[in-house]
Amino acid sequence: MSVSGKSVSGLNVSGTSGPILDVQNLDVVYDTVSGPARAVNNVSFALRPGERLGLIGESGSGKTTMGTALMRLTRAPGRIAGGRVLLDGTDLLTLSPRALRATRLRDIALVPQGAMSALNPVMRLRRQIEDAILAHEPRTTQAQLRDRIAQLLTRVGLNPAVADRYPHELSGGMKQRAVMAIATSLAPKVIVADEPTSALDVVVQRQVMQTLGRLQAGLGAAVVLIGHDMGLIAQFADTVGVMYAGRLVELGPVAAMIGSPRHPYTRLLIDSLPGIDVKRRLAGIPGLPPPLVKLPVGCPFAPRCPLAHDRCRVDLPLSQEVAPGHVVACHLYPDNATLPPLTIKAEVQP
Amino acid sequence: MTIALKTRLPGGLGSRLGGTLIAGLSILGVIAFFSIIGPFFVDEVLAQVGSVRPRQPPGGDFPLGSDAQGRDMLALMVHATPNTLKMGLIAGVIGGGLGSILGLIAGQFGGWIDAVISVISDSLMTVPAIAILVVIAGNIEEMSTSVMAVVVASLSWMFTTRTVRAQVLSIRERGYIEVARVNGEGPLEILFREVMPNVMPYIVASFVGTSSAAILAIIGLEALGLGAQNEMTLGNTIYWAQQSSAVLRGFWWWWAPPIVVIAMIFVGLFLTSVGFDRFANPRLGRRA
Amino acid sequence: MTPLIELRGVKRTYGAFTALDTLSLSVPDRAATIAIAGESGSGKTTLARILLGFIEPTEGQVFYRGKDIATMSAAEKFTFRREVQPIFQDPFDVFNPFYRIDHVLEMPLYRFGLAKTRAEARPLIEDALSRVGLRPQDTLGRFPHELSGGQRQRIMVARAVLLRPRLIVADEPVSMVDASLRATILDEIRDLNRTLGIAFVYITHDLTTAFQICDDIVVLYQGKVAEAGAVECVIGAPRHPYSQLLVSSIPLPDLSRRWGDDEMQAAPEQGDRPSAGCRFAPRCPHAMDQCWRVDPAHTRPDPDRLIACHLDREGAKLPGADIAQVFQSRNNAAQSMKGTAT
Repeated sequence: MSVSGKSVSGLNVSGTSGPILDVQNLDVVYDTVSGPARAVNNVSFALRPGERLGLIGESGSGKTTMGTALMRLTRAPGRIAGGRVLLDGTDLLTLSPRALRATRLRDIALVPQGAMSALNPVMRLRRQIEDAILAHEPRTTQAQLRDRIAQLLTRVGLNPAVADRYPHELSGGMKQRAVMAIATSLAPKVIVADEPTSALDVVVQRQVMQTLGRLQAGLGAAVVLIGHDMGLIAQFADTVGVMYAGRLVELGPVAAMIGSPRHPYTRLLIDSLPGIDVKRRLAGIPGLPPPLVKLPVGCPFAPRCPLAHDRCRVDLPLSQEVAPGHVVACHLYPDNATLPPLTIKAEVQP
Repeated sequence: MTIALKTRLPGGLGSRLGGTLIAGLSILGVIAFFSIIGPFFVDEVLAQVGSVRPRQPPGGDFPLGSDAQGRDMLALMVHATPNTLKMGLIAGVIGGGLGSILGLIAGQFGGWIDAVISVISDSLMTVPAIAILVVIAGNIEEMSTSVMAVVVASLSWMFTTRTVRAQVLSIRERGYIEVARVNGEGPLEILFREVMPNVMPYIVASFVGTSSAAILAIIGLEALGLGAQNEMTLGNTIYWAQQSSAVLRGFWWWWAPPIVVIAMIFVGLFLTSVGFDRFANPRLGRRA
Repeated sequence: MTPLIELRGVKRTYGAFTALDTLSLSVPDRAATIAIAGESGSGKTTLARILLGFIEPTEGQVFYRGKDIATMSAAEKFTFRREVQPIFQDPFDVFNPFYRIDHVLEMPLYRFGLAKTRAEARPLIEDALSRVGLRPQDTLGRFPHELSGGQRQRIMVARAVLLRPRLIVADEPVSMVDASLRATILDEIRDLNRTLGIAFVYITHDLTTAFQICDDIVVLYQGKVAEAGAVECVIGAPRHPYSQLLVSSIPLPDLSRRWGDDEMQAAPEQGDRPSAGCRFAPRCPHAMDQCWRVDPAHTRPDPDRLIACHLDREGAKLPGADIAQVFQSRNNAAQSMKGTAT
């Protein structure tokens, strides 16, 4: 699928109101024993300052690869094979290593999956935060550091005294927030959070997400939240993007994505979430995503799609705009105005 | 440290056989080959004292020259290397084997068994092994290569015990051990069927490590003159060379060959042990 | 009717720390589906381990089909082990990487005497695998790392079912599986409950899935039962402030119920418990004076609900009100509905 060069937000790229993060035709490939696996396949999207984008996909959809690629942290055997990642106009993919290091954390920060294990177990929290700050601003004095750290911790809802503790003395939620404090210590313009709440209980998850929301609003930063839980993403994001087999199959404002999704996969994802209103037969999505080394011809979702027709198995659908700021890559459009009913329905229990 | 290799072997084996492992095994293979085949082609008699003209530099009849006591150096190397390797292997098997068994038992059964084994192994580890070995070796009337191997083995099992024990403890926390219990497997069955296969890479690596350490200790002891002085070994060769001031007298072909062979052995062992890790852990290679 | 498994006055402490406070629970012998919900530190895993017989309670007794586990003979214990099976949370850790997945499916059949040779085991294994929606030809003979997390977890469900247990205790079986796959796996678990009559105790912190597949639920907070009863009551209309907190924290794809950024919950991060009074008081928006002084007893505000909260002043304080009673009445109701004689 190729998305046209126009950024989704439709705004002028060069103006001050232009996107803070503009990803254009990004390709990330893994060189595996069985051949190249296209984990991120021609993905484009743009983020306005302060916008919250939620990227959702199953395991193997390429979403985590996307997250690390945005910071150029892709490790072998993966490699960025093409495209541009423009952060406030500068292409991160062409920066020198030194310039890139300066940009990381200061302008774009990553809260990685399993961030709780990203804390050094033998260092007190204070030193870990200091390391991050001093790496970019080496002339900060001790007094200034103390103040800043206290501020950072309070901002994420932690008691400043926590700075003198070791990671194992903190609970899961606290560690996650500590990592967010480090990630935002230099007030970055873009925060990439990869499943920041995956191992947390539901109440702590809510706290952490609310903390992230407040942080983001306070900094005016844009957030890319990567996850697999549509409910969580719906609670947090302004814009939602759905990834499947390395491609961005739908992208649009959260209200439209939840209320009237256009892509069958999006609809199935939403339906697979059980609610608490009525007991019904849980609807999963039968089948498995295709192996990234051997993508089928045509639309990658066709084998599992209840609305697939002949064209889907032959032609790769291109992304098209179905409403302002809402794009989808599906052959059902533009012939249909909305998504036709799927033949798989949730049955209400007797 | 991995050297990438593109080979096509069945079952994805090719990607796991890193260049490191192959390089290590090749070096060891070459040495083993000459150790096994060599003695058939080169007469042992030539390696005895006084069998050839002494002090000949390499060339002509004597490809590696001869030493001051009339031994043909090539013959000596060909016969000394297998002896040294044999001692190292015996020490490795005894030390590594004993260490592994003790580590498995200590880790699996815990309690006082573990306490006893750990206390003994931890205290012995702090003892300066070379010093003790020197004292032991110095007091043995009739030293032979086998005795030397056993002496060295007696102080080389502790590290293996600790490593294996730690690994067993770690594996016991894994979910599949609890599943095995739920599946009705008994403790001994769990130890041998579930735990041991996952400890094998560590046992093998420990064996390689123990053998190398043993060879080094043996060579050290021999170079000090505490070895079985009538046997042909690499360490003894160095000892004899030293005793005859080979360095001062410029007989480089006397002290150089054993050193080269020793170096090759250790490089081979090191590369093998590093490369083996990648082989035993295929998932290490994939950083997806 | 003798309950399938019954906990009487069970308490579990680790030194000064109380993981599970005095609790009585009975799982009826009628293919019940009970959810045990709570966050980490609630004691739910401890409860699961006690049900499975992995650990002993510090106080109280556990009865399996009327017999005290602590005094069972070896043969009875053997039967107990076969009839009560677990499903664990982590689909990655539960397989021995050295063996193909057949190993974990064959071992229980051999050890519990259900098959003596591979030939005998094979049809049983294939049946179990198809019951969980897996194709034997795609899964048998493979190594664990060749399969996806969802497939591995289903194999674990198949393993549990193989022995035709009476009770399966599933500890967060889908929390490490993709959200879209959870539904499928849980559906399969529910089918097994209906078709094979296997009772399920489902340990989770996810109330939505608990609602979907269970009839009853017990909500634990720091080792004590906060609320228990029918899922429609406890989750549909929660009365305990903690249950309400849990339910409102569920991330639903429903824009009319967005969280917003402004609320800041008082976090119980320290893990220290109040020495007197209700454990939830530090976090409770309705905490009264009494809550800090007296630990609320269990009351029964509705026939299908049990709660431990000072807010419930009218609730019938039945002598020895415990979950066994609440579930028992539902058992009787369910029984009479199905017309089964006890």
